[in-house]
Amino acid sequence: MSTKSKSIETKTDFNQDERLKKVSKLRILLNRPELGALGGAILVFIFFGIVAGDTGMFSAYGVLNFLDVSANLGIIAIAAAMLMIGGEFDLSIGSMIGFAGICIAIPAIYWGWPLWMSIIFAFSMAVLVGYFNGILVVRTGLPSFIVTLAMLFILRGATLAITRLITGRTQVPGLRVLIEDDPLAWIFATDTFKWVFTWLGSMNLIALRTDGTPLATGIPPSVIWFIALAIITTWILMKTRYGNWIFASGGDKNGANNVGVPVGRVKISLFIGTAVAATIFATIQVLDAGSADTMRGTLKELEAIAAAVVGGCLLTGGYGSAIGAAFGALIFGTVSMGIFYTDVDTDWFKVFLGAMMLIAVIFNNYIRRKVTESK
Amino acid sequence: MSDYLVQFNNISKFFGKVIALKDVTMKLKKGEIMCLLGDNGAGKSTLIKTLAGVHRPDEGEIIVEGKKTIFDSPKDALDMGIATVYQDLALVSLMSVTRNFFMGREPMKGPPFFKTFDIEKANKIAAERMGQIGIDVRDPSQAVGTMSGGERQCLAISRAIYFGAKVLVLDEPTSALGVHQASVVLKYIVKAASQGLAVILITHNVHHAYPVGNSFTVLNRGKSLGTYEKKNISREKLLSMMAGGEELNKLEVELQEINRKN
Repeated sequence: MSTKSKSIETKTDFNQDERLKKVSKLRILLNRPELGALGGAILVFIFFGIVAGDTGMFSAYGVLNFLDVSANLGIIAIAAAMLMIGGEFDLSIGSMIGFAGICIAIPAIYWGWPLWMSIIFAFSMAVLVGYFNGILVVRTGLPSFIVTLAMLFILRGATLAITRLITGRTQVPGLRVLIEDDPLAWIFATDTFKWVFTWLGSMNLIALRTDGTPLATGIPPSVIWFIALAIITTWILMKTRYGNWIFASGGDKNGANNVGVPVGRVKISLFIGTAVAATIFATIQVLDAGSADTMRGTLKELEAIAAAVVGGCLLTGGYGSAIGAAFGALIFGTVSMGIFYTDVDTDWFKVFLGAMMLIAVIFNNYIRRKVTESK
Repeated sequence: MSDYLVQFNNISKFFGKVIALKDVTMKLKKGEIMCLLGDNGAGKSTLIKTLAGVHRPDEGEIIVEGKKTIFDSPKDALDMGIATVYQDLALVSLMSVTRNFFMGREPMKGPPFFKTFDIEKANKIAAERMGQIGIDVRDPSQAVGTMSGGERQCLAISRAIYFGAKVLVLDEPTSALGVHQASVVLKYIVKAASQGLAVILITHNVHHAYPVGNSFTVLNRGKSLGTYEKKNISREKLLSMMAGGEELNKLEVELQEINRKN
């Protein structure tokens, strides 16, 4: 009798221990900034799985479609997130996209440069713009919100003025013919894993066109860039010295400076990062469309910041994650495409975007209080 | 040659016409705790910044381990082993204990060009170091924001010691703390000194300074009122020197005279 009760006791003890351990693991998970975005993404997929599961949204073509949209946004959202963790904003991302587009198109079409040279030129301009943004913010100590807001207008205006001055129009078409045989353009313009889709098509596993080729031809370049950037930036944040410096610069500028972190250099490099990401975005889109438009990228900076916030970045800096921003972009991309497959009017997308962001900010604020509250 | 670890002789600092510091002299041996006492505006901040290498003294000399030196930057002072822990502690509350401990001086591993932050090693050292001062960091990846004020202060001091401080300059380490927390920090300071560090403890709280200090320098309006061994001065005398006791006495006399006239 007594032995029996004893064994029961030890059993309950064991159970309790196990439960405690589980809770602590959950707590560690809860402290990760990307948790909200991951949960949100899962919810979004469950929602569309139920509402639009039989509409073709989750066919190979449909999936690639919303992945492409998510990936494009994700490329700039990840860079915006890195900068936000470093404690600054960049509102000139959208304008930089338009500017980078014409930096590629005008030299290639009007000056007869080879396409690869135009692309390198655009990236050089991005480094310059990013450096200029960064040095202005670091040297003047002004809020980056204001400095890059000014840059938003300057870049967009310059893009429009220069394009009209040189071409007399606001669009520069005719790039598509230049892509073939270019030694650099393929990095931004090639669908990959085509053989997988051809094979899937031949096995009749995915939808085919009338001529027998698969509807989805391959993974778009944006998705490859997106995944690569998400992995590299996450690795930088978690595993490198530079990553620690980014957190430190955003968390407490003076403190970081006092222990020898080169805060200024870190911030400038992050501004260069957002400008370069905008140029990757622009190059992919310009080569895909075959033309550059001076208005391309309008309002993209705000979408990028929204995705970064949904991904767990604090507006005050020092906290957040790149993979979270990637999930944030995935949520927006999936909803913006998925809404077409439902009966919901697409006008409601922006409402969703705003509501999502509001929920994320409230959630993040709560997490930050949790993380920083004293014992 | 002397057996002083560090000497600051006749340090003066002027800002334009303002004399911020005049002829301040401090000498410290290994294992000694010197308390620098002064009221607001006494020149404590200027002196700290001069010790830390932020300001260059206009007059006087700094001698570290027998060698006359000039600090051109805070880094110079740090390289000579003089580490200053400011009131803000240079801690980022959103970052983990480990990431704070090694902020700016991360241990690295891996081949050249692919070096990564050795977070396992960093975690281990941080937990070990915090354990030595009796702070049980269950999870070194927990945010510093979850620690108490005293623990944060100890973390900042512990970090300075780990990175090779010989002289610790502590700026008001107990001012924002409650009685219990303050005593934890003071205990740790004594322990650090007993391991051979020299400590300059800057404070305006005599009750915190008196139990731990070996000697006391009182600063008033940029001038040193002298350095006293503990055995030569009482807590009350220090208190009255610091608070401008003479001024208070004068005031008392004047008030009595007014009363008498009435």
